[in-house]
Amino acid sequence: MAEIAEIINDKIKHFGRERVALLPILQGIVKEKNFVNNQDMVQIAEALDISAADVFGTASFYSFIDHVERGKYVIRVCKSITCEMKGKHKVLQALEDELRIKLGETTHDKKFSLLQSNCLGLCDQGPAMLINEEAYTHLNPVKVHEIINHFRNLSK
Amino acid sequence: MSNITLTIDGQTIEVPKGITILEAAKKINVKIPTLCHHEDLCVAGNCRVCVVEVKGKHRLEASCAVPAEQGMEILTNSAKVRIARQDIVSLLVSEHNTQCTTCYRNTNCELQDLAAEYNVDGNRFLSVLKPNIKIDKSSWSIEKDDSKCIRCQRCVRTCAELQHVNALTASHKGHEMKISTFMDLPFNEVVCTNCGQCVNRCPTGALTERRYFDQVWEAIGDPTKHVVMNTAPSVRVALGEMLGYEVGTRVTGKMVTAMRKLGVDSVLDTDFSADLTIIEEGNELLTRLKKVLVDGDKSVKLPMITSCSPGWVKFIEHMFPNHLGHLSTCKSPQQMFGALTKTYYAEQKGIDPKDIVSVAIMPCAAKKYEANRPEMNASGYRDIDAGLTTREFGLMIKQAGLDFKNLPDSDFDSIMGQSTGAGVIFGATGGVMEAALRTAYAVVTGRSVPFENLNITAVRGTEGVRSASIKVEGCLPEWKFLEGAVLNVAVAHGLKNARVIMDEIAAGKSTYHFIEVMGCPGGCIGGGGQPIPTNAEIRAKRTKAIYEEDMSKPIRMSHENPEITKIYEEFLGKPLGHKSHELLHTHYQKRHRH
Repeated sequence: MAEIAEIINDKIKHFGRERVALLPILQGIVKEKNFVNNQDMVQIAEALDISAADVFGTASFYSFIDHVERGKYVIRVCKSITCEMKGKHKVLQALEDELRIKLGETTHDKKFSLLQSNCLGLCDQGPAMLINEEAYTHLNPVKVHEIINHFRNLSK
Repeated sequence: MSNITLTIDGQTIEVPKGITILEAAKKINVKIPTLCHHEDLCVAGNCRVCVVEVKGKHRLEASCAVPAEQGMEILTNSAKVRIARQDIVSLLVSEHNTQCTTCYRNTNCELQDLAAEYNVDGNRFLSVLKPNIKIDKSSWSIEKDDSKCIRCQRCVRTCAELQHVNALTASHKGHEMKISTFMDLPFNEVVCTNCGQCVNRCPTGALTERRYFDQVWEAIGDPTKHVVMNTAPSVRVALGEMLGYEVGTRVTGKMVTAMRKLGVDSVLDTDFSADLTIIEEGNELLTRLKKVLVDGDKSVKLPMITSCSPGWVKFIEHMFPNHLGHLSTCKSPQQMFGALTKTYYAEQKGIDPKDIVSVAIMPCAAKKYEANRPEMNASGYRDIDAGLTTREFGLMIKQAGLDFKNLPDSDFDSIMGQSTGAGVIFGATGGVMEAALRTAYAVVTGRSVPFENLNITAVRGTEGVRSASIKVEGCLPEWKFLEGAVLNVAVAHGLKNARVIMDEIAAGKSTYHFIEVMGCPGGCIGGGGQPIPTNAEIRAKRTKAIYEEDMSKPIRMSHENPEITKIYEEFLGKPLGHKSHELLHTHYQKRHRH
């Protein structure tokens, strides 16, 4: 895993020691470990000479920049009305049963987090969800089972 | 700049190009209500209460954010505007905790005023007040109650623009957006300097100072307790605003009488310990100058910076922890007062210090924190038992039902009640510098400072950072090493400007010898504990009153205060002596930046 300091310096090299570097740094850290913690934010604030509250304000604005620890695979089920009408509820239930966690939680082995997201723009292929940056469409409980198993095997 | 012509509610006016519709309306006394707008801060345009109708435009415009343009026809109170405004206020109130009777800002709340004007409550639409919002009471100085917050972000802008602290931010988004500290940590765990400027700009009761007046009432009611109250210089020029006086009215005599009427046993003056601060700090400065200029002592730091403002002290501890050596080791007048109350005063009056309750009335929120700093117990007891703001004190007077305007004037008690004009001007930016120069110059040369009426106007004013140079000539023999020296001094107020000064020092580019820093814009007269509202015009009037009070004093140099002479003879010995170090000086600590 790349050091947080490395990510910060890398982005500063590219974007300058300016506030504009903040979002790329946050994205870089999230890409690396799926969330930004307190220490990371303090470190970013020091590097950019801005306040830690500013970093937190920016990070908390974006759904895809988590500031609480998430699993290796972050599942985001689309909560838009179209996916809802196409059976999102059953998909969500299947995910909760399969992972034995509730919406918003992370599995004990820190492999999966189950979240919802605003419209993914895949209304024609709903219900849809993201796992990290990959989209999964036309979902149903059987498909959910297969997908989760696939990721379980991947991380073994 | 060129002018433009527009009409507002049918009245044609000519205004300079570039000003907003709101500012244009103000010029002809057309009142447009505002909430997120504040004269001291940048435009936010988020509350929408100031909407007006612009002829030819389909949508209503936020007058605080839209520049007035040539030929505009504005309606500020059309039916469309009134209905929209009522809806906006209703929506704001629908997510506001409307338990107004127990709210500290009751009758001084901008949202309440608007709700009254538009006759709305929180139930016209769906009440969406979030349940179980916890009030953050972790800080000794500031309380935050999100159930009263309308998310106008005046506090966020205050903390960022005026104070460069950025302890507050707008976090999350949409209906979850809230005003947060870093990670929503409690106030006492973050970078907050306790200056209270956010409290002073909060339109509602979301941010308030932590109140201690119940404790004070309890002590007053306890016959075994001897309650000593001291008031800061800037309280006497602002308190009147809470009690029906015009801004800028001096109410010193009535204030003293009011304290007695409340049942306080001894009414004393923080201006006395301000004079004492000048003696200690002036001697500290001269000692530092000697060590650097004569002895070549590298461990002694110049410039020396004042330490009266506890918001500023906490700022430097957080932001420039490697430069604490520049701070004067003198305690603030409040803490000197506290330490002496439970030693010198107790001794002279024959009262057991354990029975003394010392209360400080301050223009300040940070003073509460300062009073509670663990090290502030030099007397063997808590030096200051309670620090109240001007606002809390005003409320106590109201609670007591005093007819303030018809109270007779009276004088402070003795001992520790006598003061000079130099002590008084501590209340305005530049005042400590001026007071210090009046005394230091006199001590070194045996003559008064070469300014008319002792008024060192060069360090007065409203500029964020001001500087002056004073050539020292005709020194007395013991100060010969200063002969011909040019003393460079600077004054900064508001933490934004303090940072300018500190950045220079950190870069090794500072050419100053002595700097005064006040945490709040305008100094204490604009303090976070002063009556609400505070803005540039109000600060100017309070400042004027401070200098009038100075001129009204028979003695205007700290070292000529007879009670100061007496305390050195009877108790302290000499400036910077053993007792002084024990009681009147302190140390600082490094803090983190988040």
